[in-house]
Amino acid sequence: MLTLERVSKVYRVGTFGTQPLNAVRDVSLTVPPGAVVSLIGESGSGKSTIGRMVLRLTSVTSGTIAFDGRNVAGLNGHRARKEYYRHVQGVFQDPFSCFNPIFPVDRVFELLRGEYFAATPDTEWRASMRRSIERVSLDPGQVLGRYPHQLSGGQLQRLLIARALMLDIRLLVADEIISMLDASTRIDVLNLLGDLREEGLGILFVTHDLSLGTYVSDTTVILRRGRIAETGPTGEVFASPRHPYTRGLLASVPRMHRTWAEADAELDAETGPCPVHDSAGSEHPADPVEVGAGHFVGCFSNDTCPE
Amino acid sequence: MSLDTAAVTGQGEGPSGRRGLDDLRFALRNPKLLAGGTVLLLLLLTAMVGPFFVSGDPNAYVGPQFAPPSGDHWFGTTSFGQDVFTQFVHGLRATFAVGALGGGIAGVLGMLVGFVGGYRGGLVDEVLNMVTNIVLVLPAMVVLIIAAAYLEARGLMVQGLFIGLTTWPWAARAIRAQTFSLAGREFVDLARLSGRRSWRIILREVAPNMYSYLVMSFILLFGGAVLIAAGLDFIGLGPTEGVSLGLMMHHSVTWGSLHLGTWWWFIPPGLGITAVVGSLYIANVGLDEVFNPRLREL
Repeated sequence: MLTLERVSKVYRVGTFGTQPLNAVRDVSLTVPPGAVVSLIGESGSGKSTIGRMVLRLTSVTSGTIAFDGRNVAGLNGHRARKEYYRHVQGVFQDPFSCFNPIFPVDRVFELLRGEYFAATPDTEWRASMRRSIERVSLDPGQVLGRYPHQLSGGQLQRLLIARALMLDIRLLVADEIISMLDASTRIDVLNLLGDLREEGLGILFVTHDLSLGTYVSDTTVILRRGRIAETGPTGEVFASPRHPYTRGLLASVPRMHRTWAEADAELDAETGPCPVHDSAGSEHPADPVEVGAGHFVGCFSNDTCPE
Repeated sequence: MSLDTAAVTGQGEGPSGRRGLDDLRFALRNPKLLAGGTVLLLLLLTAMVGPFFVSGDPNAYVGPQFAPPSGDHWFGTTSFGQDVFTQFVHGLRATFAVGALGGGIAGVLGMLVGFVGGYRGGLVDEVLNMVTNIVLVLPAMVVLIIAAAYLEARGLMVQGLFIGLTTWPWAARAIRAQTFSLAGREFVDLARLSGRRSWRIILREVAPNMYSYLVMSFILLFGGAVLIAAGLDFIGLGPTEGVSLGLMMHHSVTWGSLHLGTWWWFIPPGLGITAVVGSLYIANVGLDEVFNPRLREL
């Protein structure tokens, strides 16, 4: 459904924009219908930039992002863009800045109504809005008509999810949507995402939380400095990580009955040679190499790698 | 005037969140706003209604020459026997007209350039910013003098137009900066994801967050336009026909009323201009206090 093909984003920084900053480099991935792909990476690894590019909020420097085979960057005209947003929606990281502070929170729904449901009768619209809000386990009476500063971050974030559900979405870009929620509502929202996945919704789940990544996703993409370090079926990546960065990440998860010394010893033990530079003769020299079924590993970019 | 973000983003301190009502309550309690507003309203009323009561050509010779204020001629007469009060009322109207026109044109231009540049960014912003800076460094008064000197027939409209075309840059720059910071917020992204068109996002999402600032910009532009017009009139480059407060002062000085001691000829127009601009500025300070919670005297 959604396909990213060697997508890169270069920002110009410094005086007169002379220095290039590679936020995202040659990222290729696919989000099929009914699948959750989690993008995991540290701050500045380019995961949010990828989400923004998919939502057309940031331009793509090179490569293509295609939705149902149509290049997203080439959507010309307001009508085509509007149609795209009918199917592709996003929920952002910071719920407080997603609401215009001088209007009640209902405004995010009114915007959708004005653009997409102008012909829907008022009672019908209100009913479906309430249903959608109840679906994210909020009480419509408690949140509607309030101002953003009167609600908590978790309530606002769930309102944003409810807003996205109003549309006929097929792909949801969820940028750290769980970060503001407390443990009890977190599981509700995760289960809601699970239900939506059953209905065929594809989710691009951007997070820095490893446990969340394993809980919800079918495919895991580990990003590091804008490049794919490792990608594959979630079970596979977490069971047998090959990239030193992934191994380091997983080793940093505290576990029962294992000391940090043991974890470090395990980490030092067997890091094989960089598979990218071990296997000669691929078309693009720095592309990730397949090491298992659907399990790709990127260049280690350590001292022994030629780059 | 402070560009305080708390005031601009409108995170009012009202516990109930009914910001409009809160603002109104603070507005009615603010002495500066009340005083400035009252004086301004009185003057405006005089300018709008006055000319219907004081009918006749303000430049007609109606009375004795150099008559001091009396029951017949409230503000006295000029050296030609023109009634100063009639001139004052008509001149006040011209002053408000030129302020509204000049301030209005400058406000619209400033908002247009500021919003588009700040929201679009990139090359559009570069070009608009360049134009803004060029107009900003133009010595506006000199340009106005040259333009006014070359125009054969000058009217209020032309004067207002020229003032409007030269005074917008600072407003554009301030609005651009505000728009920049607001356009980076995620609620603007969300509006885009809702399929909104850019101009509607600017008008309905970005602009409401800075209404207070826009109102104050307009007030300052209005006052500036009145002052510039008075200056132009005073040096004899005002409207070639009709009457304005600046023109009255110009004539009074030209015909030696300073030496002759006919104070009733130049005091009313001078006081009129001072009252209009002064009340505007005091009201502006009051408005600033109303909109900006940190300046409120609680």
